[in-house]
Amino acid sequence: MTEPLLRLDGLTKAYPGVVANKDVSFDIGVGEVHALLGENGAGKSTLVKTIYGLVKPDAGTMTLEGQLFQPAEPRAARAAGVAMVFQHFSLFDAMNVAENIALGMEKPPPQAEIAARVRHVSDQYGLPLDPTRIVGELSAGERQRVEIIRCLLQDPKLLIMDEPTSVLTPQEVAILFETLRKLSAEGTAILYISHKLEEIRALCDNATVLRLGQVVGTCDPRATSARDMAELMVGTVLHVPEKAARPVGETVLELSGLSAPAPHRFGTPLREISVAVRKGEVLGIGGVAGNGQDELVLALSGEMKSAPSMITYKGDDIGHLPPNARRKIGLLAAPEERMGHAAAPDMSLTENAILTAMTRQDLTTNGFLHWGKAKEFAKSVIAAFDVRTPGPQNVARSLSGGNLQKFVIGREIMQAPEVLVVNQPTWGVDASAAAAIRQALLDLAAKGTAVIVISQDLDELMEISDRFAALNEGRLSQPRPAVGLTVDEIGLMLGGAHDMEVAHVDA
Amino acid sequence: MDLSSINPILLLASLMVAATPILLAAIGELVVERAGVLNLGVEGMMITGAVCGFVVAVATGSPWLGFIGAAIGGALISLIFGFLTQILLSNQVATGLALTLFGLGLSALMGQGYIGIKAPSFPDWHIPLLGDIPVLGPIVFQHDPMVYVGLLIVAVVWAFLRYSRAGLILRAVGENHEAAHALGYHVVRVRIMAIMFGGACAGLGGAYLSLVRVPQWTEGMTAGAGWIALAIVVFASWRPGRLLLGAYLFGGVTVLQLNLQAAGAAIAVEYLSMAPYLATIAVLVIMRAGRAPGSLGQSFHASR
Amino acid sequence: MIMLEKRPQPSQAWTYATPLLAVLLTMVCGGLLFAALGQNPFITIRTIFLDPLFSEFAWFYRPQLLIKGAPLVLIAIGLSFGFRAGIWNIGAEGQYIVGAIFGAAVGLAFYPYESFIIFPLMVLAGAFGGFLWAMIPGFLRVKFGTNEILVSLMLVYVAEQLLASMALGTLRNPEGMGFPGSRNLAQYPSATSWIDQSAGMHWGIVAAFIAVIFAYVALSRHIFGFNVRLSGQSPRAARFAGVNPSKLILICMGISGALAGLAGLFEVSGPAGQISIDFNVGYGFTAIIVAFLGRLHPVGILLAGGLMALTYIGGEIAQSNLGLPLAAIQLLQGMLLFFLLAVDVLTNYRVRFGKGGIV
Repeated sequence: MTEPLLRLDGLTKAYPGVVANKDVSFDIGVGEVHALLGENGAGKSTLVKTIYGLVKPDAGTMTLEGQLFQPAEPRAARAAGVAMVFQHFSLFDAMNVAENIALGMEKPPPQAEIAARVRHVSDQYGLPLDPTRIVGELSAGERQRVEIIRCLLQDPKLLIMDEPTSVLTPQEVAILFETLRKLSAEGTAILYISHKLEEIRALCDNATVLRLGQVVGTCDPRATSARDMAELMVGTVLHVPEKAARPVGETVLELSGLSAPAPHRFGTPLREISVAVRKGEVLGIGGVAGNGQDELVLALSGEMKSAPSMITYKGDDIGHLPPNARRKIGLLAAPEERMGHAAAPDMSLTENAILTAMTRQDLTTNGFLHWGKAKEFAKSVIAAFDVRTPGPQNVARSLSGGNLQKFVIGREIMQAPEVLVVNQPTWGVDASAAAAIRQALLDLAAKGTAVIVISQDLDELMEISDRFAALNEGRLSQPRPAVGLTVDEIGLMLGGAHDMEVAHVDA
Repeated sequence: MDLSSINPILLLASLMVAATPILLAAIGELVVERAGVLNLGVEGMMITGAVCGFVVAVATGSPWLGFIGAAIGGALISLIFGFLTQILLSNQVATGLALTLFGLGLSALMGQGYIGIKAPSFPDWHIPLLGDIPVLGPIVFQHDPMVYVGLLIVAVVWAFLRYSRAGLILRAVGENHEAAHALGYHVVRVRIMAIMFGGACAGLGGAYLSLVRVPQWTEGMTAGAGWIALAIVVFASWRPGRLLLGAYLFGGVTVLQLNLQAAGAAIAVEYLSMAPYLATIAVLVIMRAGRAPGSLGQSFHASR
Repeated sequence: MIMLEKRPQPSQAWTYATPLLAVLLTMVCGGLLFAALGQNPFITIRTIFLDPLFSEFAWFYRPQLLIKGAPLVLIAIGLSFGFRAGIWNIGAEGQYIVGAIFGAAVGLAFYPYESFIIFPLMVLAGAFGGFLWAMIPGFLRVKFGTNEILVSLMLVYVAEQLLASMALGTLRNPEGMGFPGSRNLAQYPSATSWIDQSAGMHWGIVAAFIAVIFAYVALSRHIFGFNVRLSGQSPRAARFAGVNPSKLILICMGISGALAGLAGLFEVSGPAGQISIDFNVGYGFTAIIVAFLGRLHPVGILLAGGLMALTYIGGEIAQSNLGLPLAAIQLLQGMLLFFLLAVDVLTNYRVRFGKGGIV
C-alpha cells in the first residue's frame, strides 16, 4: 500500500505578527509512527490543530485516504478517524472518568456501556483505569490514560500525541511506547510530537523537523544521531553549559521533616521532606508534575507557612516568615507559572520588577514607590539577560515565553540571593534561551549561592546538578551525587509505575 | 402577643407560596451558574418579568398569557447581559449589577400606568383526592398552578443535569470552558442559552409576585428577592435538591415573621422584617458552599 | 461575523476615549427613548445635560451639582479600591445609612449643647458606623469565605429596617408632635455640615476632594495602591509578592465602609437634615455606576460623579418642566453603565470582521 494515509500539501497559517506555518508538506503512511520535531515556537501546535480542525489554514490542502480533508471543527476530524491527545489535557476535574470519556465522543453509548468498554480497552492495552473515579484525583499519568482511552474508543486511523511523555516516569514511558507500537502494528498511524530526541529515536519510523514554521528536513530517526537532529531543529551548533568545579560550603538551608497538608482539594501534601542544601551547590529535584513541586516552592517562598523548626535558614527558624521577610534574608524563589504567578501578565516589566525586588533593591520608602529606581532595575535585568522587548514599560503579556522566563529568572538572580529556588526553569523555552538560563544558574552557584532546581527534564537536571533527589507524592528521596546516576536508578527514585503492565494483547 | 391566632396549617401552606418566586428565580440562576456564568442581574430580570407579566395579563385578561409574557420579557432582557459578557467579554459582576439597575428603571417606566390596577385572578387548584387529605391536603395540594410549575421545573432541571447529554455538556462548559472548547463544544452558544433560560425563570418568579402573591404592581416590588435567590444558589451548592430546601427555608422565615407581626409580637415590626435577610446571611455562613463550577465567573475567549 | 483579537498591550487611546464614547451612545439611545415617550429628544437631552449648567436658573442648579455629586464621589472613591482588588462591596448603601445613624445619634446625644468638638465627633462616629457595617461582610469573607456581595447586600435591607426603627422610635424628635423623623441637625449649629448653604458648600464636598487626592496618591505612588491593582489582576502573583489577602480584604472593605459612612453623616447633617424613613436615596448604588464610569480612577470618578449629578439634577428639571418620569433617568443611568461596559472591549481587544466567529 503506497498511498499515504494523510498527505499535507503546502499548509500555511499566519497570525498577526507571526507566520506559524509556512508551506508545510509531508506524508504519513498507514500504521506509520511519524515524529514531528521542533523547538517551542516552531509551529508544531498550529500544524496539529489544523489537522484536528481547530484551526483553518490560510492556504494548502490535506488529503486523508485519498479524499480531500477539510475538517470544519474537531467533530468532523473525529468522524473522519483522527484523534488527538493534547499536551494540556482537556479533562473535567469534578467529573468521573466515564463522564469525561463520554464528553470526548460523538455519539456516546449510555454510561454503563461506556464503563464496560473502558474496562475492556484499558485491560487490552495495559492502561488500567476505574471508570467511576473522579478525574481530579488521578495522577498525571492516569489522566493521560483517560485521554488515550478516550481516543482509542473511537477506533482512530490517526492518533496524534502532543508531548505525551512530559508527565511520565521512565517506566511509564516504556509502557506507553509498547502501547503505541501495538497500535501501529494494528494499522493505526501515530503522529508523535516531541522535542525529546532519544525517545523519537527509540520509537519512530520517520521524522519531520520544523523550524520557525517551515519544514527544514525529514529523516529516519533510527539512522540519525540525536545531535544531528538537534542541530536541524535549532539550526546552530549547540552550546553545552560548562560546569566548573566548585567548592561547596556550609549548610545554608535545612528542611527537617517538612510536612504540610495539601493546599486545596486537588493538591499534594508534603511528607517529611528532609534535606540540607549547601552554599555553592546545585540541588536538582526531579519528578513528574503533580508530586508536590508546586507545594514545595510555596512552602519555601513563604506563600505557605510551615510549622516551627521545619525550615531553618542559617540556623534560624523561618517557617513562619512571609515572602518579603524571606527575601530580605536572601531566600528567593521563581515559581513555575510565569504568567499569573511569577509575573502579572497585564503589568509592565517595571511593575513586575517591583513585585519581588521591592525589598532587596530598596524600591520603597515608608511605602512610597521609587518608580525611577524600579525602572532602572528592570532595564538592568533586560540588558543582562538579553530579554527581547522594546522596553520596561511593556506589559509582561507581550513577551514571548522564553523572554519572559529570562526576565523572571534574571530578576531573582540580579538580587544576589543566598538561596534560589526555581521550578521548571526552562519549560516551554526555546533552546538558546534555555541554555542561557542554565548557564546563569551555574554561574550563580559558582559565586556561592545555593541553588535548588526543580524540573521534569531529567537531561537538564543531570547537566547542571551536583546532587539529585526525586520528589514522589510529596516525599523527597535521599539526595545522591548526580555523577554516575543511571536512568534506571533515577526511575526507581521517581517511583515505579506499580500498577501498569506491558500490554497483553494477542499477538 | 396572641400566638394562638397563628394557624400552623395556613402557615405551612403559605410557606410554599412565599418560596415559589425565589424558587423560580433560583433554579434559573442555578442552570446559568452551572454553565459557568455569574449573573447578578436576577433582581432586574425578576422585576422586568413582574411588570411584563402584569401588563400582558391586564391587557389580555389572562394570567397564563401574563406568565408567558413575563418569561419572554425576562429572557429578552437577559440577552443584553449575554451579549455583553459572552460576545464583548465584559466583567460579569459589573454587567450583572448594571442589568439590575437597568431592569429596575425599565420596569418603573413601563409600570407607570398600572399602579393600583388589579390583576386578573389566578385561582388555586384543588387537586382531587390528594387535596382532601387532612392536614397534608391544604398544605401541599391546594395551591395555584405556578407553585406546581415551579416544582416541575426543579425536577426537570435535576433530571436534565444528571442524565441528559445536553446537561453533561452544560456542566462541562461550566467546569472547564477551555477543555470544552478544545473538544469542540460551543461554549458561547451553550452559555447564552443558559442565560436566557435563567432570564425566563426569573421573569416567571417576578410575575408570580405581581400576579399571584401581592397581586398588584408597585415599583421595586421584588424588594431583594433576586438577591436572595442568588444566595440560595450558593447555599444549594449548585444542586437542585438543596435549592428546594433553601427556598422553603427562606419562605418559612418570611411567613413566620409576617405571622408574628400580625399576632402582635413583642419585637418591633422593623426587627422582625430584618429576619429573612439575617437568616440568609446566617445560612450563607453556616453552610459553606461545596465546590463551585470551575469556570464560574471567568470570561471565555477562544483564541483561534 | 465579529471576531475579537487580544491586543498585546492595552490601548492607551481607547482607555480615555471609551467613557466619552459611552456618554455619546447614551445620549443617542436616550434620545430615542425620550422620543418613544412622546418627548422631543433634543430638548430633553439639552434639559438633562446642559440646563443645569447653562440655563437661566443655573445659579441655583450648580450648587445642587456639588451637593448631589459629593456623596457619589466620596462613596465611589472608597469602592474603587475594593473593586480594583476584586472585592465587591455592593452594600455601600447600607454602610451609608448606618454611618448616618451613628453620626446623628452622637450629635443628638449632645443636644442642645454647643461646642466645636461635636461635629468632629460626629464625623468620627459616622466613619466608624460605616466601617463597622462593612466589617461584617469583610470578616465573614475572611473567616468563612462567605460571598461579600450577598452579605453586604442583605445588610442593606437590614440597615433600611434599622433606619425605620430609629426614625420611628429611638431617635425620634420628642418635640416633633408625633411625626416620624429625628430633630433637624442642619439647624443645630454645632452639628451641621453646612459651610455655606446658598452656595451649596458643605464639609462633604471638602471631604470628597480630599478623598480624590489621597486616592490618587495612594494608587499611583504607594505600595498599597500597587498591591490593590495586583490583587485584582493576578491574585497568585499578589500572594507571591507578599500581599496578605485577608488583610487586603479587611482594609478595602474598611475604607469603603468608612467613606460611605462619612457620606451618610455629611448628608444627614446637611442636605437631608434629619434621620427619616426615606433618608436614603440610592447613592450607594449609583456610586457603583460612578466608580465604573470613572474607570476606577480617582480623577475619572470625580468627573463621573459630576456627570451623574448632572443627570440627577437634569432629570428633576425634566420632570418638572417636561413631565418626564424620573424612572426614565434611572433607565438612562443603567444604559450608561451598559454602554461603558460594552465599549470597554475596545481597550483590550481589536474588532475584526471576517469569516468564522464567536458563536
